[in-house]
Amino acid sequence: MYVGVDLGSRTIKVAAWQDGRMVDHKLQESGFEPHEQAREMIKAYSPRHVIATGYGRHLAHEHFADGVITEIKAHAMGIHTMLPEATTVVDIGGQDSKVIALNVKGQVTNFQMNDKCAAGTGRFLEIMATSLAYPLGDFGPAALASEQEIQINSMCTVFAESEVISMKNRGIPRQHIARAVHSSVADRIIAMLGRIGFGELIAFSGGVANNPCIVQMVRMRLENVQVVVPENPSLIGALGAAIEAARRGGQV
Amino acid sequence: MWKDLDMDVERFDKMRLMLGEIFEKTYLSQKNRPAGMAYFDNMIAELHGGRIKELLAAKEEGRPVIGTFCVYIPEEIVLAAGGVCVGLCGGSQGSVPDAEKILPRNICPMVKSAFGFKAGRICPYFQVLDFVYGETTCDAKKKTWEILDEMVPTHVMEIPQMKNQTDQEMWLAEVKAFKTKVESFSGKEVTIEDMRRATRTMNNKRKALQRLNTLRHTNPTPISGKDVLLIEQIAFYDEPIRFAREVNELCDELEKRIADNVAIPSKNAARIMVAGVPMALPNWKLHNLVEGAGAVIVNEESCIGTRYYKDLMDENAEDMETILQNLTSRYMQIDCSCFTPNNERIDQVLREYKESGAQGIIHYSLQFCHTYNIEEIRIRQACEREGIPYMFIESDYSPEDVGQLQTRVEAFLEQIGE
Repeated sequence: MYVGVDLGSRTIKVAAWQDGRMVDHKLQESGFEPHEQAREMIKAYSPRHVIATGYGRHLAHEHFADGVITEIKAHAMGIHTMLPEATTVVDIGGQDSKVIALNVKGQVTNFQMNDKCAAGTGRFLEIMATSLAYPLGDFGPAALASEQEIQINSMCTVFAESEVISMKNRGIPRQHIARAVHSSVADRIIAMLGRIGFGELIAFSGGVANNPCIVQMVRMRLENVQVVVPENPSLIGALGAAIEAARRGGQV
Repeated sequence: MWKDLDMDVERFDKMRLMLGEIFEKTYLSQKNRPAGMAYFDNMIAELHGGRIKELLAAKEEGRPVIGTFCVYIPEEIVLAAGGVCVGLCGGSQGSVPDAEKILPRNICPMVKSAFGFKAGRICPYFQVLDFVYGETTCDAKKKTWEILDEMVPTHVMEIPQMKNQTDQEMWLAEVKAFKTKVESFSGKEVTIEDMRRATRTMNNKRKALQRLNTLRHTNPTPISGKDVLLIEQIAFYDEPIRFAREVNELCDELEKRIADNVAIPSKNAARIMVAGVPMALPNWKLHNLVEGAGAVIVNEESCIGTRYYKDLMDENAEDMETILQNLTSRYMQIDCSCFTPNNERIDQVLREYKESGAQGIIHYSLQFCHTYNIEEIRIRQACEREGIPYMFIESDYSPEDVGQLQTRVEAFLEQIGE
């Protein structure tokens, strides 16, 4: 068994790989000692080789993992395995948003990633959902149901929150504000795609790909491009790491 | 001594302690360093000690001590007048809060850091010097000089933004005004012999740095990028003749290392070139990330880097007018992004990439540095055209983005490795 573990900012994901396919996976909210938790999560597999990715990759490497790759490479490998035709990956996790360009072999040729702030990330959506008193799972569907196009101007999490609060206090219904929040994230993704360039098939991975409104809005903003969300988009990083574990462990 | 210099001794002690800790972690922990680095390590140890005493001694002799922030300030003239030039501190997050009590937050971290060192009275260099010579390379700087002048005498040299005939004439006039100012402080008229001697000293210093840069381009490289950056930073503080001698001695050792095939860090480390804004002491953030990830930096296309030492000037002019014209032309070759157009820099980046044998370029800009941040677009386009792996990082001195930057740097190295 070869295992990939993705120690993200919000969740820990594990993928187990054997004989050329994913045979098991797990996902947990990350606690205080992510490396201990991750070690616990993979124990049952008795893996031959473990590759860690995500924010906690070096910590995991210090404690138990055999090697590390970045989330960028991990998502590229995971997507290339599931959707070999995709040459662009949008990955939005808890703390980062990334656009990755791949060649036909699935190798990274270019990427963009936010660095200084949480704008346009899963965390941004979470904070906005809390501010509008939505459980996270209801946030996207509620926004999708609204038909009112209003605009949030600020992409800074702190300023956007003030903007949302002032909208609430002007009496704007919350589903319209929710839609505006989603729109602003989708616009940011489009801008990142524009800077990197993109192919005809864009794969959307990371936890935010579970949000139907963001996916729909990205699709609506692009012409003649297919935007595909793989099954279990949150697991793509762990999957890529598991495939790398198999590669390094000698079993491709 | 520190009390006499009107310093905030308690905070200064804390800063010194912190610098020592960071230096130990970043530098002294490196393996297999050249023995010649001991001199430069000691310069850091004496940064807030021996070097300050030397500056005080120079002042006792009536020699002016002038603080600068920019490679456009003609050091040759200061040296010719018997004065001392010191590049001022501006690379630390520690002094930024002092600056933000007065200056706007959304401006360049280097300007804030430097200003904060004076406002907080935590940099002995600021306390020692006779006056500061600022310039007009960016808006944040030129407006900050007005505020800084309330705390320390600050003169400003106007740097043109274009390279036309009228700009050259204006610059020559500025150089002459600078000379008059320095002479008025030193109380002595600068002669042509003084200028020739000072030019020789500066040429020798720049040649030593050129030699170091050429040697580090060897594959595998005999010295870490961090160590070379440190030397490039110390170039702005140290006595120039002694500094050149020490750099040359280190180069002798590096030649021997190359002959003996002693490499740092590992023979197959990815070779990265950095281009962009200066990394003022103690800004080692990017080098630390890149070399921490197993790669090695082999070139800094930056003011604290090749932009400072790539150009020499004629040492043998017959008269003052000619040597000042030569000096103006030499300084006009500096390809700072404050100029428009600035095609020379695009060519220079590509040239240094080829010379250094790098495998990729990281363009590094400080936040709110509009000219470098915008010029980055043209550097990126040139790299795309030439097929050079390229990444752009915009950052400041705070540690908050280190996690993301580490991911980006490692992903860039993975990309180069494939």
